Amino acid sequence: MKKTLFDKIWDSHVVESIPDGPDILYIDKHLIHEVTSPQAFNELKERDISVFRSGQIVATADHNTPTENQHLPVKDLLSRKQLKELTQNCEDNNITLYGLGHPYNGIVHVMAPELGITQPGMTMVCGDSHTSTHGAFGTIAFGIGTSQVSQVFASQCLLVEKPKKLRVNVDGKLKKGVLPKDVILYIISKLGTNSGTGYFCEYAGNVFEEMSMEGRMTVCNMSIEMGARGGLIAPDETTFEYVKDKEFAPKAEDFEAIKAYWETLKTDEDAEFDQEYTFEAEDIEPMITYGTNPGMGIKITGAIPMEGGKSDAKALAYMGFKPGESLLDKTINWIFIGSCTNSRIEDFREAAAYIKGKQKAENVNALIVPGSRQVAAQIEAEGLREVFENAGFTLRQPGCSACLAMNDDKIPAGEYCVSTSNRNFEGRQGQGSRTILASPLTAAATAVSGKLTDFTKNLN
Amino acid sequence: MEKFITLTDTAVPLEIENVDTDQIIPARFLKATDKSGFGENLFRDWRFDSNDEPNPEFALNKSEYKGAILVAGDNFGCGSSREHAAWAIKAYGFKVVVSSYFADIFKGNALNNGLLPVQVSPKFLELLFIEITKDPSVEIKVDLEAQEISIPKKDISESFDIDPYKKTCMINGFDDIDFLVSKLDAIKEFETKRSQKLQATKPL
Repeated sequence: MKKTLFDKIWDSHVVESIPDGPDILYIDKHLIHEVTSPQAFNELKERDISVFRSGQIVATADHNTPTENQHLPVKDLLSRKQLKELTQNCEDNNITLYGLGHPYNGIVHVMAPELGITQPGMTMVCGDSHTSTHGAFGTIAFGIGTSQVSQVFASQCLLVEKPKKLRVNVDGKLKKGVLPKDVILYIISKLGTNSGTGYFCEYAGNVFEEMSMEGRMTVCNMSIEMGARGGLIAPDETTFEYVKDKEFAPKAEDFEAIKAYWETLKTDEDAEFDQEYTFEAEDIEPMITYGTNPGMGIKITGAIPMEGGKSDAKALAYMGFKPGESLLDKTINWIFIGSCTNSRIEDFREAAAYIKGKQKAENVNALIVPGSRQVAAQIEAEGLREVFENAGFTLRQPGCSACLAMNDDKIPAGEYCVSTSNRNFEGRQGQGSRTILASPLTAAATAVSGKLTDFTKNLN
Repeated sequence: MEKFITLTDTAVPLEIENVDTDQIIPARFLKATDKSGFGENLFRDWRFDSNDEPNPEFALNKSEYKGAILVAGDNFGCGSSREHAAWAIKAYGFKVVVSSYFADIFKGNALNNGLLPVQVSPKFLELLFIEITKDPSVEIKVDLEAQEISIPKKDISESFDIDPYKKTCMINGFDDIDFLVSKLDAIKEFETKRSQKLQATKPL
């Protein structure tokens, strides 16, 4: 039978199928962080069960960490306690932890790929919905709840029903100023926030084939925002080149041997999908969101749709926008470039290339938060820090930061923030904050003009 | 895990679509390291204003609406995977959430905590909202064994789907950890049988 990329990986990880029930799916790598793991460790302790395969678990601290003075003790006592508990749990269970200050520390979905922990053909899980990011490598990666974190601790397996298969094709040539973030925001704006529920999504077409790994990660990251459990892209030379020589990647002959296997990880021609959509690259323009879910997106030069139900009206009231309104020239006081969606080196290069020689507008607070210590070091090495600082941007230390506002990095109530993160939910970036999702380039351009503009006119 | 077989109770109508887990429990309340205390912060920023005063317009604050059944708009529980959302709903006192659509991860989290997600047709959901707002004392019956939700007084009912394995777990109060631990021998055998070439299973 013809198989999809998803089938090939899934089927090779099924330990047993329960009649009329879920599959026992073997998990190759389990990533954990401070927020969704403590209760899972407690669950094990209460049952007197030990961690089954501690060597396949990697921990980082990212969600609940400050982005300033990381060398000092964490000020917030609850956060400090949560981080301490992670350290203790990892020590007790012999789990590798890249905590605050470690050169490998970073947002879980940034640090694992850059260390080569993420590899094609794997199954990966993490107590975080944006685990879908790792699908960029041709990996089945998805977010799980804390009860499932304890299940993987106990058995390195999960009980899951095999999702249905969806394919989204984008072919053609992307316009100038259109980044991977715009591509995924466009897809979600067309398909809506629950079109992917129950599905695993494969992205196909030359647009994804031509994307860098960073770009593919941005796309797969937001699969969950259309409801899909995960998204994946077939691994190719771009993938192999990225993984090669990474810290935990197989080396020399081992690499060549496994690469031969990775090359087989493609959807067979004529394999069937339960659902399929196709878009043209030429139709995509820089995107922004205007509402309180990521599906409420328009091109930056567009107008807010007139139609919409009760929930849309609630969203517009929260955002302070009206149906039919164009958001061009809307004053913006905050921009945030960071999060597991857009905090990799390529994102900061894009932003810096636009900002270089320019100044942020006086009204704007511009926050730059790298995804990991390695990205921060790269920013330094490539001279991007000077570009950001000379333009008046604030460069912080790595972490999830203002994407979910668990730490002090919050957007004040009522203020608009053009953000490269993944969610524009009510209060996501701080109580009463209003988030407009966009690409790093759109965020950079907004910081310079102090308002939303059609910046593509200024691009060379 | 607490068993769930059947429940007859009044319901609270939450007529909002796309309720995300950030609304159910905002991120600033995720600093706890145990499962207690989340109920008081359920829907925190909808239930209370910026001065911590209850918002009288919000369904959970309206005295006429009570009961262990939460009836919510389409695509409930989207967004973050935080299981804290399911813990908060359960801790507040709900045992069932009814919607025309649930986000995947939330649905799994709910089932793993003995909170029953009941997916109904959009038409039936609309009917529930009408009946509950017309008469807040109207009772709704959720029968897991029969996989049926009904308003007995009105003779209105609809059947709902649930994974047979999950149904067994809910009815008996079993959970996945017990089951998986009972399978460790098969899991070890699977590990040995896998191709040695696959780096994936090698420890870091």
